[in-house]
Amino acid sequence: MTQVIGKPIKRKEDPKLITGHGQFTDDIKLPGMLFATMKRSRYAHAKIKRIHTAEALKLPGVMAVYTGKDVQDKIKPIRSIWLVPGCNLIPKDRIPLAVDKVNYAGEAVAMVVAESRYIAYDALELIDVEYEELPVVVDQEAALAEAAPVIYDDVPKNIAFTWKAGDVPEEVFINAEVVVKQRLVEQRVIANPMETRGAVASYNPGSGDLTIWCTTQNPHIHRITYADALGIPETKLRIIAPDMGGGFGAKIAVYTEEALVGLAAMQLKQPVKWVEGRQEHFLATSHARDQVITTELAGTKDGKILAIRAKNIANLGAYLSTMGAGVPTIDFGLMVTGAYDIPYAQAETIGVYTNTTPTDAYRGAGKPEASFQIERMINIFADKIGMDPVEVRKKNLVAKVPYTNAMGCNYDSGDYHGTLAKALEAIDYVGLKKEQEEARKNGRLLGIGISTYVELCGLGPSKVAGAIGFGGGLWENSSIRVHPSGKVTIFTGASPHGQGEGTTFAQVVADKFGIPLEDIEFVSGDTLIISMGWGTYGSRTTPVAGGALSIAADRIVEKAKIIAAHELGVPLEDVEFAKGIFSIKEQPDQQRTFKEIAWSANNAWNLPDGMEPALEGQSFFDPPDFVYPFGAHICVVEVDPDTGMVELKRYVCVDDVGRIINPMIAEGQVHGGLAQGIGQALWEQSVYSDKGQLLSGTFMDYAMPKARFFPMIESSFIESPSPVNPLGAKGIGETGTTAAPSVIVNAVIDALAPYGVKDLPMPLTPEKVWKAIHERSDGQ
Amino acid sequence: MAKKYPVQVKVNGKMKSAEVEPRLLLVHLLRDEFDLTGTHIGCDTSQCGACTVMLDGMAVKSCTILAIQADGAEITTVEGLGSREELHPIQQGFWEKHGLQCGFCTPGVMMAVNGLLQENINPSEAEIREALDGVICRCTGYQFIVKAVQHAAELIREQQSQPVSLENVTTRGDVS
Ligand code: FES
Ligand code: FES
Repeated sequence: MTQVIGKPIKRKEDPKLITGHGQFTDDIKLPGMLFATMKRSRYAHAKIKRIHTAEALKLPGVMAVYTGKDVQDKIKPIRSIWLVPGCNLIPKDRIPLAVDKVNYAGEAVAMVVAESRYIAYDALELIDVEYEELPVVVDQEAALAEAAPVIYDDVPKNIAFTWKAGDVPEEVFINAEVVVKQRLVEQRVIANPMETRGAVASYNPGSGDLTIWCTTQNPHIHRITYADALGIPETKLRIIAPDMGGGFGAKIAVYTEEALVGLAAMQLKQPVKWVEGRQEHFLATSHARDQVITTELAGTKDGKILAIRAKNIANLGAYLSTMGAGVPTIDFGLMVTGAYDIPYAQAETIGVYTNTTPTDAYRGAGKPEASFQIERMINIFADKIGMDPVEVRKKNLVAKVPYTNAMGCNYDSGDYHGTLAKALEAIDYVGLKKEQEEARKNGRLLGIGISTYVELCGLGPSKVAGAIGFGGGLWENSSIRVHPSGKVTIFTGASPHGQGEGTTFAQVVADKFGIPLEDIEFVSGDTLIISMGWGTYGSRTTPVAGGALSIAADRIVEKAKIIAAHELGVPLEDVEFAKGIFSIKEQPDQQRTFKEIAWSANNAWNLPDGMEPALEGQSFFDPPDFVYPFGAHICVVEVDPDTGMVELKRYVCVDDVGRIINPMIAEGQVHGGLAQGIGQALWEQSVYSDKGQLLSGTFMDYAMPKARFFPMIESSFIESPSPVNPLGAKGIGETGTTAAPSVIVNAVIDALAPYGVKDLPMPLTPEKVWKAIHERSDGQ
Repeated sequence: MAKKYPVQVKVNGKMKSAEVEPRLLLVHLLRDEFDLTGTHIGCDTSQCGACTVMLDGMAVKSCTILAIQADGAEITTVEGLGSREELHPIQQGFWEKHGLQCGFCTPGVMMAVNGLLQENINPSEAEIREALDGVICRCTGYQFIVKAVQHAAELIREQQSQPVSLENVTTRGDVS
């Protein structure tokens, strides 16, 4: 057996997906299945006076219509699981169907269950809701104003929490040679996985067992929450995440509709399916980012950074979503210094309720925001002191790891300067600067952008989870079952949905056992089969669940070795295991294969005294610390002064993501993240009217990146194994969304330097760029 | 309930019929009536292309066509493109070049690519990216989709120098 770790193996999960035999939630069809639809509020803020459902109920094929009053004593509010301590948090939980008042446009007010999808939609038209409109506030800064409408009586000024970490003595800023300050807007975006959310619930009235197939990145967290909300034992609820069409954080949050469908299935004693339409998804599934960050940076004239102080006003939307409080506080605040050795740092976040869809995690969750502000600030500082932004980075980059940043995070491994050097060389920075100079002489607007980002991933030690108010552990479980035939099944509590762990985990096990990849199956996403797990997010699957996998495999090898020694009649120390063969040192003809030992362990005819039969291994791995992927990304853009169009000409990235198991899958993760990060920088934005109507509520209005928007990405890796998990992996899924926005914005601002443009808010649409060029040049 | 009308189509080489409401979308006919759930639905405004199928030899968005409009047509869905044992070159390309992650957009993307490769057996990178304008993939960033298409085109070109031609890939089983 040749080693497969580190090889670009074709994915094991693909054959079923490319032949149309995947099973996504909407593909599930059960006998007698009904279809549910949700009546959603057309107002962003209004009292519900009456809901008329009689007409809908009369429609043939309609089985039931539920309103908030019908379900309020049957489903408890869905609680946020991240109650960040020490910030006077006032959590406002989502309730399944609004009762007295709606707080954002799209909030569900009634549910129809009917015999078919079409009838269920027809019935929605027949429900009449009488509202009394209330004043609306959608912008978080506006929501803090004295005269702003208040959404909850017990939440003065709409402030959900005020959080602070770190402290910068005032003298540092007073005495600093240079201070720069900038307001940076992380606009609201939407993850938009191509598969919307959905759920199918099936109830067995005899046993009382409820099964919900749903689009979730963390089935066990969903089980804990829904069992509690529905008032049934955790053991009576089975959550299954079937094939999933992406998540990107939007399917971490625990929503209400899945519980409603569960209730309907229990009450009607028939299976019920609900699947979001895309426009419904735009309204009902979490939005993200939407943070107004004002950062001050203190430094010296020769480019050393002394302190960073960030104030973040975060829009939480109308309710506190599952991780809604953690994203703009812990996830953001701990990383405000980026990859730089900055002695002092301080982060403050005000969380604000508004009449908008709740915000929650989206690929990177808080780290992209932190990275954006520090990477923009470095460039703004460089501009102020007249230094090349690359030089400022070199002056301040972390010199040596392990390194503890001002917030206490321990950067684990790698060469930050070396990575930057590699990226500069890959793009020929010196040559590029010359080219830019020439281009400028000819009136061409060429811009170079850079980021030397770092992110906090691999969530994470459970002790820390407890300390930061996360309502659960962050360890992970993987187990391996060796069947009598020597074939192997992997079970994991992580719940991948496109990231390819069905292949990479098999690669790990194939190498550990010396068996072919074809012999290994992978199971995840089912709470009945998997004992416990915390799910897939925060680039934790490979570092944490993969860590557990590695330990579980070692345990199996250990036991198998004892059996082999017993069978071969030699002391354990004399047995060697390599490439699937147990052999005796210096007697290579005396051997047992992994397959033979699998059979021996399972038949148990001749095991060492006291040894239990079978060959299974399990590990619940709680990592000692987080992992810190980092890298250097550089891009070249050209702006067309006549149209304001930004053309991305080159994008080079060098990422140190620790040990790489499958370089092809790793590169795919980089591309995908970059497309989303570049999308945020240039095109994507979720826009509300003053009345709280989502104006960007379809794919016609929300600019999803298309294939023709991108050049070929030039990606490469450096592998510095992380010391905090057995695989040495650091996680890779979020590098692109963390790095790209600042890379692109830095490049566009650089391109516009001849016009004296210092900053522009994302997304850098042609209109915005054109105005920046023409309003300035006209004014001169 | 609205009156129902008979619809008969040939899907992946097999005759199928159903009684449908005039408003039923083709994608729902395929998925809900014929249980061909490989064709997906990713939007409600004809933007994402997850629902793309071949209809009488053309790549179309099946969410934008009524089932009754397809009456008498010949349709190929992803299930008819190739099988696990005998993958179509496009499927092979997507597998070998990692052209999919979650795989939700993939059936529609592959059908759109089928449409492209029928017309242009040697597309440039720019032509491929242009041809993908009718589909959205949120996972891959498109780069490996482009590589997958290039690889598939290569495989088809190789195949074309042999007896079976591309015109015949629309309906597997019908290859003459
Ligand atoms: S479902 Fe047909 S284009 Fe989106
Ligand atoms: S592979 Fe997931 S949307 Fe394309």
